[in-house]
Amino acid sequence: MSAEARSYLPEGLPRPGPAVDGLGAEFWEAAKRHELVVQQCRACDVFQWGPEWICYQCHSDDLTYTQVSGRGIIYSWERVWHPVHPALQEATPYIVVLVELPDAGNVRMAGNLLGDRTQDVVIGAEVEVVFEDKGEGDEAYTLVQWRVVE
Amino acid sequence: MSEDATMRGKAAIVGIGETTYYKRGQSPDPEFKLVLDAIQLAAEDAGIDVREIDGFAAYANDRNDPSRLMTAFGSKDMTFNNMVWGGGGGGGSAAVANAVAAVLAGYSKYVVVYRGLAQGQFGRFGQGPQTPIAPGPAAFTAPYGLLSPAQSFAMRIRRFMHDHGAEQSALRAISMATYRHAQSNPRAVMYGRELTEEMYDNSRMIVEPFHLFDCCQENDGAAALIVTTAERARDMKQKPAWVMSAAQGSDYRQAATAHNSPDYATSNFKTLAPRLYAMAGVGPEDVDVLQSYENFTGGVLMSIVEHGFCEPDEVNDFFTLENFSAPDGKLPLNTSGGNLAECYMHGLELVHEAVRQVRGESTCQVPDANVSMVTSGPMVQPVSDLILAADRGVDG
Repeated sequence: MSAEARSYLPEGLPRPGPAVDGLGAEFWEAAKRHELVVQQCRACDVFQWGPEWICYQCHSDDLTYTQVSGRGIIYSWERVWHPVHPALQEATPYIVVLVELPDAGNVRMAGNLLGDRTQDVVIGAEVEVVFEDKGEGDEAYTLVQWRVVE
Repeated sequence: MSEDATMRGKAAIVGIGETTYYKRGQSPDPEFKLVLDAIQLAAEDAGIDVREIDGFAAYANDRNDPSRLMTAFGSKDMTFNNMVWGGGGGGGSAAVANAVAAVLAGYSKYVVVYRGLAQGQFGRFGQGPQTPIAPGPAAFTAPYGLLSPAQSFAMRIRRFMHDHGAEQSALRAISMATYRHAQSNPRAVMYGRELTEEMYDNSRMIVEPFHLFDCCQENDGAAALIVTTAERARDMKQKPAWVMSAAQGSDYRQAATAHNSPDYATSNFKTLAPRLYAMAGVGPEDVDVLQSYENFTGGVLMSIVEHGFCEPDEVNDFFTLENFSAPDGKLPLNTSGGNLAECYMHGLELVHEAVRQVRGESTCQVPDANVSMVTSGPMVQPVSDLILAADRGVDG
């Protein structure tokens, strides 16, 4: 794979972390293990994303993170031409997709669509997850990215 | 809704004030001084001493603390201060609604609604966060280069355009109408800078589907307006702009993080619009002139649809420069130039323009404008709306 496939956007963007109260920590830990998880309510089984402290449907606080397949559908997308961060000065254009996960109650996740930055993006196209390891040492993290299923 | 339960016609906007509007970084004065100036101008316009203002209503995390403002003015008492939650322009009309509530509840005599913004002095909205870590909800977007408001909202609009076959020409019509109106408005930052179809089409892409001219400006300035009861408004210096309705709202789970609001391709006005019209006793067919908050043109597209001015599948026919142009288009839109071409004063300048239309003082006046409406802050949570009228008896 090319260097670009290993790191779609350059280092220097804010790296992901849980909320200050800890919400979301399990997701980023799972991503480091190359597992895609989504928050799910043990009481009523509903998936919710992003994570919350209680279930929006039944208000239970018995929530877990469930591993899902990593297959999704492009729900919307954008191609960014104007960089708004110093790290992106040489990185445009780039593509951000919003992906629906049919096996997780159609929750959505945002990520980059890997591959040709000028490719035609089709709403409804099938994509699969790609785990992108970045940073080093204590600052290592893994982003959840997407590529079109050929 | 019973007569007692509505604010309809019971309060009015009686004074408006604005500083010179500057491009970002060009204000000679700091933000706090700009706010002091705007409030003094509004008091002057209303014909009251600025120290008679005893209530303060703001939004969008405004930095200018009412306690410091009333101290600077030497006011004797502050009876009310209030901030609408939410960082975007969605609180603009809601702040007016809160001001109305304060005067009708008897807390205050004169409430000033204000917004100060010096993006030169403080941060730029158009830039992404420069922090090393994006915690919580931002973690699901920022590391992917999904950073700025334009980038956040483009995805909602892309989906709306996909669902309804909306074309780029619909967005272009919004931008061109605002720029056309700004050419008659000497206050507008884009005064003297005409926009042609060719310029729009050839302008650089910010984030698809937004060209440069689909995006609001970044500015320095301040705006303020004064609300009081109908009883006081009747005998004041200016023709009152009667508040027929003002309200805020936010649809089901619209603030779900990581772009997970169940209804995604929306400006977030679907629950509010029916309440707004019911309170005012009017419908979209009665609206003479509309000021619709443009953070980005696509937000106006969805706002206009969700307020019932056209069906979602008809936008390519309805969204034309002709329809949006004062004085005689079907729906004169953003007649001062708005956030795109007058000034990005977080949409408070749109309320000022709605007042001017009611007074008959706009630089793009709609003849005999009676029902003058503002929509504040599409695609954020909450959003808010305002309907003003020249004639309190609009519902008979």
